[in-house]
This record gives sequence, C-alpha cells and structure tokens, in this order.
Amino acid sequence: MNLYWKYASIILRSQMQYKVSFIMSAVGQFLVSFTTFLGVYFMFSRFNSVKGFTFSEVLLCFAVILTSFSLAECFVRGFDAFSGIISNGEFDRIMVRPRNEILQVLASRIEFSRIGRLLQALVMFAYAIPASRVDWTFDKILTLIFMLAGGIIVFSGLFIIYASLCFFTIEGLEFMNIFTDGGREFGRYPFSVYGEGVLKFLTFVIPLALFQYYPFIYLIGKSDNTCYMFLPLVGMLFIIPCLIFWRIGVRHYQSTGS
Amino acid sequence: MNKYLSFFKIRLTNGLQYRGAAWAGVATQFVWGGMTLLMFRAFYQNGENSLPMTFPELSSYIWLQQGFLALYMAWYFDNDIFNSITSGNIAYELCRPIDLYAMWFVKNMAVRLSRAILRCFPILIVAVFLPKPFNISLPCTPVAGLMFIISLILGFLVLVAFSMLIYISVFYTLSSLGIRILTTSVVEFLGGAIIPLPFFPQKLQTLVMLLPFASMQNTPFQIYNGYIASSEILKSVLFQIIWLGILLKLGKLLMQQALKKVVVQGG
Amino acid sequence: MIELKNINKTFKVAKRNAGLSEAVKALLRKEYSYIQALRDVSFTIKDGEMVGYIGPNGAGKSSTIKIMSGILTPDSGECSINGKTPWQERIAHVREIGVVFGQRSQLWWDVPVADSFELIKDIYKVDDTAFKRNLDELTELLDISEIIRTPARQLSLGQRMRCEIAASLLHSPKILFLDEPTIGLDAVSKIAVRKFIKTLNSERKTTVILTTHDMQDIEALTERILLIGKGKILLDGSLRELKKRNSSHKRLTVDFVGILAEAGKGMSFTENLDGHAEIVLDTEVISVSEAIAQISRQVEINDISVTGATAEEMVVSLYKEFEI
Repeated sequence: MNLYWKYASIILRSQMQYKVSFIMSAVGQFLVSFTTFLGVYFMFSRFNSVKGFTFSEVLLCFAVILTSFSLAECFVRGFDAFSGIISNGEFDRIMVRPRNEILQVLASRIEFSRIGRLLQALVMFAYAIPASRVDWTFDKILTLIFMLAGGIIVFSGLFIIYASLCFFTIEGLEFMNIFTDGGREFGRYPFSVYGEGVLKFLTFVIPLALFQYYPFIYLIGKSDNTCYMFLPLVGMLFIIPCLIFWRIGVRHYQSTGS
Repeated sequence: MNKYLSFFKIRLTNGLQYRGAAWAGVATQFVWGGMTLLMFRAFYQNGENSLPMTFPELSSYIWLQQGFLALYMAWYFDNDIFNSITSGNIAYELCRPIDLYAMWFVKNMAVRLSRAILRCFPILIVAVFLPKPFNISLPCTPVAGLMFIISLILGFLVLVAFSMLIYISVFYTLSSLGIRILTTSVVEFLGGAIIPLPFFPQKLQTLVMLLPFASMQNTPFQIYNGYIASSEILKSVLFQIIWLGILLKLGKLLMQQALKKVVVQGG
Repeated sequence: MIELKNINKTFKVAKRNAGLSEAVKALLRKEYSYIQALRDVSFTIKDGEMVGYIGPNGAGKSSTIKIMSGILTPDSGECSINGKTPWQERIAHVREIGVVFGQRSQLWWDVPVADSFELIKDIYKVDDTAFKRNLDELTELLDISEIIRTPARQLSLGQRMRCEIAASLLHSPKILFLDEPTIGLDAVSKIAVRKFIKTLNSERKTTVILTTHDMQDIEALTERILLIGKGKILLDGSLRELKKRNSSHKRLTVDFVGILAEAGKGMSFTENLDGHAEIVLDTEVISVSEAIAQISRQVEINDISVTGATAEEMVVSLYKEFEI
C-alpha cells in the first residue's frame, strides 16, 4: 500500500505539470454528469415518481453510484487503460519487476481529474441527504458507507475483468461498457425500475444491485430487512472471481507473449 | 470525387477487419437501447395522461438512435486533424492540391458512415421483431419514410458541418481539450441523445428547437415515428437545410481566415 | 549461470488478408497460421560473461530475452538462471536481473529522473545505504549527476538512455539484459554507453546479454556471440574465431569513372553509385589482383583501397551463408 501512495504522488506531480489540461478534464467530467442529472431532473418535472421513488430518493441513489464509480475509476484507471499498457510494452516492464502485477497496474495510472465527476456527486449528496427525509441514524449512515465501499469494489472488479480480457483479445471489449459505463448511467435509478429480469441479473450475475437496490430500499425505509444493509459486503466477494480471471489472463500472456 | 470514394472504401474495409468489435458494438447498443426503454416504461407506468410522446413513438426513436448512433455520435473527433493543426503539420497538407475543408468533411463522414452501415442493419432488424410496444414500427406513411431518409442525411451533414467548426476553432485555441468536452456534452444533451427533446420543459423546448442541434438526430427520428405531423415535415426539413447552409458557409469562411493566419505565420 | 536446454516456442497468428471481400469473409471465419519462433534453443552463459546476441529482425531474439526474464513461458525445454526457472519463480527471479528495453522508457516522463529512481528504489525495496552508494557510483560512471534533476521529457535521447541504464541497475542485479541499448544514439553517447557497460562487466562482474543490430557494439564489447536465425542458434563462438573464418573476406573500395557492372564470381557489391563502389571479395574464389584487373577492364580507376572486412560485413555474409 505504501508503494501505491508513492506511485500516486509521482502521478499527481506529473499531472500537475499540465494544470490547464487537468482543470479542463475535470470541468468536462463535471459537465458530462451534469447533463445526465438534468435529464433526470426534466423527467421528474413531468412525472412525480418512478416505481414509487421520488426525485430526492433517486438523486441519493444516483449520487451513490456516481461516487463509487468515479472513485473506482480514479484509482483503478490502470485497468481501464490496460489495452494500451499491453500494446506499448509497459506490461513487460511490470513483469520484470519483483512486485505484484495488480498493484503495479493499479498504480501506473491514476486519473485525478475524475474529481470533476465526484464533485457532481457531492453536490447531489448535499441536496439529497437532507431532502430524502431519511432519519440518519447510525445504521443508516453505516448502510450508506457499505453501499459506497461495495460499489467501489464491484466496479473495480468489472474493470479488472475488462483488463483481463485484453490478454485474450483487443476486439469486442466494447461490450464490457454495458456493465461499467452502463452500470453508472442506468444505476442512477434503483435497478427495480428496469423490471424483475434485469434486477435478478444484476443480483446474481453481475452484483450491481447488491450495493444499490437492496441496501437503498433499506436506507430510505421502504424495507425493514436488516440483512439488506449487509448485502454490499456480499457483493464485494465478486472481486474474487475477477482476480482469478486476472491470474488466468496473466498465465495466458506468459504463454503467448502478446 | 474518386479519391473520396476510395477513402470511404478503405474505412469500410478497415471496419470490417474487426469483426469482434462490430458484433460487440451491436450487442452493446442493443442492450443500451433496451435498458433505456425499460426506464421510460417505468415512468409511463405512473399512468399520467399528458405524455409528451406515445410509447411506440419513443420505441422507434430509441432504436433509430441506437441504429444510427455512429452517424450522430458527438464524442467522435479525428485526432489526426487536431494533431496536424497543433503540431503545425497542416502546412504540408496545404501543399497538396485539395480543398482541405472538403477533405476533412469527407474523412469525418467516411468514418461515421462506415461504422453506421456495419451496425444499423442488425440492430434495426432485431428491433422490428421485438414484442410490442418495445419494437420499432414501420414509418407511419410512405411519404414519412421517404422524408425520413432525406432528413437523416441532412441531419448527418448538419452534425458533420458543426463538428468542422470545432476542428477549425483549434486553429485559434491551439488546444482541443476543453472545447471537445464542452461540445460533446452540449451536442449530446441539446440534440436529444440523453432524453428526447419533447421531454424538455416547454419553454426551454421552444428555444432548443431553434438551435442547430435539434436539426441533427431529432428531426429525422421524429419524422419517422410520426411525432412531427406530416404538415410540419417540410418545415422541419427546410429548417435543417437552412442550418446546413449556415454552418457550411460559416465553416468555409472561418477556415479561409484560419488558413490565412497559418500562411502569414508560416505554420 | 544461465542454462537453456531445448527451448521451443510456437505462436499462433491470425491471418489478415487484404481487400474488402476478404474482410467480409473474415467476419465469419478466421484463419490462423503457426510460427515457430524458437526451435531447440540451447546455450549456457557463465557468471560474469558478456555475450552478444545477434540475428535479423524476427529471428527470435526478443522471444529468448522474454523467456529469460520470465515474461514468456516456452512450450517445452528447460531454462535455469541462478538455479531458478524464470516463469515459475518470477518475483524471486526478477529481483536479480535488470532489463533495458532500448525503445521503451521506464522513467516517468514528466518528473525529474531522480524521482523515478526513488520510486524504483521502493519497488525493489533497496535499503537506503545500498541505494545511496549505488546511485553515487552510477551517476558518476554514467556522468548523469547534472541531469537527474531534470524531467525525462527534456532530456536528449543519449542522456535518457544513460538514465535508463542507471535505473535498471539501482538494485544491483547479477544479470543485465540490454535490448538494443544504443539504438538511435549519436556517436558520443554510443561510446559512453559502451564504455560504461565494459566497466560494469569487468568491475561488478555483472553478466551482460546484449542484443543489437550495431556491430560496432559487438566489436567493442563482447568476446562471445550467439547468432540466431529462424528460431535456431546458428553459431556460438568468439568474435575472433568468426574473424578467422572470414579472413578470406576483403573489402575493396573503388573510385572510378564510367559504369561498373555488378558482376563477377566472389564479388558482392554493397554499394555502387556515382563512380564509387564498395565490394566484398571472397579471396578463396577470386584473388584481389584478379578482381582489380576485372574492374580496370570496365572502368578507369581513380583510387582503390583494400581492407579486411568489418564485423558488419561478416554478419551480412553470415546471414547470406545461413540464408536468413
């Protein structure tokens, strides 16, 4: 972990060499998520609620997903940019160093400009936390923290799968965007909105709902099931198959060298 | 004309090489469209009666949007063009006997068109056979179908003409970064890619309809699904033509100015 | 001690054919071809040796280096480096090796070189005193103490390569792999780099394995060369032996008036332009005087000189001999 912060500090110093570009990217990130927010706002200015969720409730849900996505993206960016890391030979360099590859890949790219998206998320939290009329007791606060942590881990897992696929092919990776970018875009509404089938898929296959829908309905008091509070922790287990898949990918890379 | 055609052929061949990417792209857009429709259905289930679009209209709109995504994607820019401007290599391009504006225009068209041709048919064909009301319906009248095609092409040209302005602006700003992100989000939002324009609040909508962004994907798709009444079709296509004329004229003018500047500064 | 025994490696490559119709076909079905990159490669390198590993592009040089540095697993065969199998004990193995990829950088582009060094220190967990001693020694030998406060992007290629080499040696590896370390460098930097490698090998007793296309590197540095072609080790011997074998080769430089036909047994033209020609003679086929006589029959000679063939030319004739 110590090494990770050393990497982070060197990357921060690098990115600060280009301040204008950094600020521009951050502003851009903010703008992009702001238009998505406007889309939600316009929908709710026509419709009072969606599947029983009010505007401020949806905003809370949106803020959770945006925060965990942008934090995951900020720190796990190395996996997102992984096809480039392989094609420019950087991964060979990683392999000839006596450290865990995952740590090195993680640390090789950290995108601090994602802070723009995070800012948008914080603004929404600032509005939604009081407006959602949640009684912020200790267990509710804990639920929110679990949701964020679970979200970061599950999104990180998805990024790791994305990177692992790069070992096998560089084509067709676009499909993974459904779960990463799609998870962020569609996750602004609680997943039950998309119907039973989608919810089941996102519970048992790609566990996005475990840190979003279930703890969320507990958070806003639509469910009394205390178990829901801990589901994000179950969702974190998703990282295990992702890491196994990564190992398989590294093996494959060692046998093909490309 | 021939050189432009061969350019397009190269792009298409190039696109076909990556079959995995093509199939994955189709699948991704398919799921994306489906999820968007499911979201709208959830709102529609509230049973309110003052809906801006009927659900079948919306379905057609969303599927056309996915099918022709490559034509109207706002985030695509040709990095070679930006690099040639910022690095000054543009001077070499000027030595060649070609109209630079036309060349860039065609280059942009070729990339988008080749990608759209590969992807639109599988998406639209499957979308036809989806269960009601999630399917794409046929155009409401043959006239609407014909006008849709004309308007589709016009909208495409309007978008490319607009993105030309972005390329040209880099002659003055010398960095593409800020303007790219800004235009991407504005064009996407005001063009109706995030939510269809009829869902905008009334006053804002009246204003937005006057902007060039509404003449991009919004007009052809709304002609197809019958949202734009047949009496209004001519008017909105005329609107597209006017915007196309303005943007082309403006682009050429600014390009001339910019190139003059390059020549004076010696690259 | 490096030992490779009967290493084999085959790659599977997707075929890509040109043309629109072929591309459409490829949408449905893909064809693969197999390329055998290494066939029964075996050699032993003792501690402290310096070896030049040469061969044309695509001969299998980088595959071998990748296997020895633990990046690539061979299909069959054994490889033992200081008693470890690289791809099985990767982390323990790579602690003891240093790798310089001549065409890629391991320095952070936008921060001072010294900061990159600090990070590498942490990656390899080098302790403070060893690091300081190493750094002082390397910066002095490579003459980079003036530039390590500068961001890597502002350095010239020669300066950057010297920093790259220092970066690969901060953890005092026992073995150093150099993959084209002098590519693109100017003459002065090339000499500085070679001098340093020589010192490193003789003083620290670091084993050095060098791949290069620059025969001057080989001539200046290595006693022993390994020649690989089409995945096979074709020659393993000293440069001196190679020279002896090729002592029958002479090089003829001629300035003349007229047009010289590129013909004649035992004469191969490496240059023939505007009244200037360079010819490599095989004296077992044609004697020097006979060659000069042949030339003077065709053109009027202004100037002529005879020298022994350079390493470069020997390698070219080796490539020809083995048809690679």
